[in-house]
Amino acid sequence: MSATLDPSTHSGEHHDDHGHGHGHNPFLAHHFDDPEQQFDSGKLGMWLFLVTEVLFFSGMFCAYALYRSLHPEVFEFASQFLNEKLGAFNTGVLLFSSLSMAWGVRCAQMRQRTGLVVCLAITLGCATIFLGVKAIEYSHKWDIGLLPAGMYLPQHLHLTEHHEGLSRWLYVFSAIPAACVLGFGAWYGLALAQGKKASAEIAGPFLTTALCYFVGVGIGMFFQAQEDAELRAAAAHSQVGDHEVDHAHEVADAKAMAADQSAHGEPAPGHANAETHTMASKDFAPGEATDDEVDQKGRAGLFFSIYYCMTGVHAIHIIGGILVLGWLLVRATKNHFNEEYFGPVDYVGLYWHIVDLIWIYLFPLLYLIK
Amino acid sequence: MSEVTTHVDHAHADAHAGHHGFAHPMPVWQLLATFFALVFLTWVTVLQSTFDTGSMEVWLSLFIATVKAALVILFFMHMIHEKPFNAIIFISSFIFVALFLGLTLMDAHNYKDQVELQPPPPTMAPTK
Repeated sequence: MSATLDPSTHSGEHHDDHGHGHGHNPFLAHHFDDPEQQFDSGKLGMWLFLVTEVLFFSGMFCAYALYRSLHPEVFEFASQFLNEKLGAFNTGVLLFSSLSMAWGVRCAQMRQRTGLVVCLAITLGCATIFLGVKAIEYSHKWDIGLLPAGMYLPQHLHLTEHHEGLSRWLYVFSAIPAACVLGFGAWYGLALAQGKKASAEIAGPFLTTALCYFVGVGIGMFFQAQEDAELRAAAAHSQVGDHEVDHAHEVADAKAMAADQSAHGEPAPGHANAETHTMASKDFAPGEATDDEVDQKGRAGLFFSIYYCMTGVHAIHIIGGILVLGWLLVRATKNHFNEEYFGPVDYVGLYWHIVDLIWIYLFPLLYLIK
Repeated sequence: MSEVTTHVDHAHADAHAGHHGFAHPMPVWQLLATFFALVFLTWVTVLQSTFDTGSMEVWLSLFIATVKAALVILFFMHMIHEKPFNAIIFISSFIFVALFLGLTLMDAHNYKDQVELQPPPPTMAPTK
């Protein structure tokens, strides 16, 4: 879109037509009467796109509602494995990014170039912090077998198992952000060394954006370690309290079980399989399964199928948002936007808010089930 | 569709014949107030999840989420300054979502996980 226009011709002559109506706007396409008509047309198109987005996500919310109404016990059981603190933190991050986006639209409308660049950079940073936290959540769950239906590993053997070091999934997720840090870092350094201010103004925010992913990873690791420690303490405490047996003995038992399981690559045969068998023969009505049944029959995988589908598609929308926000930031540094031409900022803003809106529903529906 | 678009756009352009710009920057205090209200409601929704509200729980969280969604749509998405035509288009999507979810859930419990073979009814129609 911007590639067809010559950016060098506009910025100089543009400052003096303030308040003099239209006719000088270099971004006014020839088939529109005036900038306002162009803006309104684009806005209508954007609203129509958002309608398709709402309907698209409603398919997944429908699956959620259907399966939750049919198997409420699965949702109650599986939701406990989601880290509420990480969900709440990410909600705050997205809300703040929505604020900076809305503020950015205001800056574009008021011809505040620096303000717009800063707002877009903050929005981009929040987006990658969100993804960093999400990477921690996903990699942690994949490590301990909280996977979609069919791949889900029963959790009753895992409680005292502790994973040392970083998840290898985290390395997989972090590959592209790490490459971005290196690339943008080199670009930024080169631009500074060569004294290219315009180039550095773009590379700087991009580098910050890529670094913010790792900030998110750090915050996610902090909250997750806290949660793990609490879980282990609670598990150890309940074992001592309930059975009044030697604590060390119990932990050793659990470790042996875990080792047995990892050696076989599946739940210990004499234990879980026999139970599964007896339960399979038992005829229970839907909605009445106990936690053990939900866990050991792998029914909790149903919840994680829905969880990964909904949050995954949402994360793809965040990545898409990052790309268009990056495009906006480049144009903002070139001073393309003013009170007559702020459509692209406004449209991307609408898209960003709808992504936020979907998370507003996802957070309580997935994380806060009791 | 394009006819409607053009018509609406012209109508709006005419209304602004004097033209003092069509940008309506949101006041900063409104943006900040919206943000803090959203953060407060997030806190409320986390807090309510710590109480045992039974079957009301999902409706409570949905209610809070909807209040938050309304704040985002009205202020961050500038719906309060939006043209009625655009507002109708966007709001109508929620009507269709409600229809979609409502009709699907209406008979959700009429299906069974497994097919149960029933014995043939004892009283058969008399044969000729």
